[in-house]
Amino acid sequence: MIDDSFITSRLNEALGWARKFSIFQYPFVTACCGMEYMATACSHYDVDRFGAGLPRFSPRQADVLFVVGTISHKMAPVLKRIHDQMAEPKWVVAFGVCTCTGGFYDNYATVMGIDTIMPVDVYIPGCPPRPEYVLDGLMKLQDKIQDEHTTGQRPARESRPATFEV
Amino acid sequence: MSETSIIELATAPFPDAVLSSHNWRGDETVVLRRECLLEVARFLKDDPALQMNFLMDLSAVDYSTFGDGPSRAFFASSGVSVSPSSQIPDENPWPGPPESRFAVVYHFYSVRHKHRLRLVVPVAEADPEVVSLTSLWSGADWLEREVWDMFGIRFQGHPNLKRILMYDEFEGHPLRKDYPVNKRQPLIGPVN
Repeated sequence: MIDDSFITSRLNEALGWARKFSIFQYPFVTACCGMEYMATACSHYDVDRFGAGLPRFSPRQADVLFVVGTISHKMAPVLKRIHDQMAEPKWVVAFGVCTCTGGFYDNYATVMGIDTIMPVDVYIPGCPPRPEYVLDGLMKLQDKIQDEHTTGQRPARESRPATFEV
Repeated sequence: MSETSIIELATAPFPDAVLSSHNWRGDETVVLRRECLLEVARFLKDDPALQMNFLMDLSAVDYSTFGDGPSRAFFASSGVSVSPSSQIPDENPWPGPPESRFAVVYHFYSVRHKHRLRLVVPVAEADPEVVSLTSLWSGADWLEREVWDMFGIRFQGHPNLKRILMYDEFEGHPLRKDYPVNKRQPLIGPVN
């Protein structure tokens, strides 16, 4: 007989390998970053090389929430609801500087980073980020997914404190 | 048709309605008394020589902090030299802001005659209300809702005057100059 722990560990890694190369993403596209998202998804950069080529337009079927573009305060409850509807395990990618920090918007209308309303796994800054940044962020997300299966612990996600000084 | 004749055509039947007019930088503009807006607008639309059948834009201006100190040219830091507009010669200069706090601005265009006219209606802070033009141009509906949302100027006779950009829970009117620039009213999440 093969030792139990040996088999369990290797199986988890295999599951992580399978999961990180079958990312079903939900693109929540609100602004100009969407153009760069499309460029990344199309054949020239070909996000399908990383197994993330099939966007699902239902949060029930998605693993990764790509928040692409500026989020306004009016939109924030909708985005939160989409995130709540996704089944675990789920990940969140903040695509573009507006979703990371609010970007150059500092006004009555804009959410100052989506990590004020939900945990975020990977930040991809840029206005908009080049496709190379996006692919780099995607590979970092894959590393996180693999790490979770290798170590059995989910890598820490970042979220903001309830209040902070500007 | 020369530029000034559009102003003359539009204002000749309404000598009491017009406060002033100018065509600064070639933009024919008529400043109207608030009470006369609807009849002048109807004339602009129906008169065969004017036929302003397209309401291009409807917006408002808050002049409450206008002219407080010099404003820096936007591109000054980039090294592009920008001279103050007062130094640019103009035969028919802008007469300056109105006495009242707000002004509602209408831009009309005639698809038939290919000419434009701008109407400016000064609105006092104490009674921020003008008559709605939705009965003449149905496109005024959303534009007037936007002005209500951003500036808090009511439109008398509007069929559905409610917020269009901000959410119903939002308090105040964000493009008013006395709306605090860092005031946040999030629906969820921290006040950031």
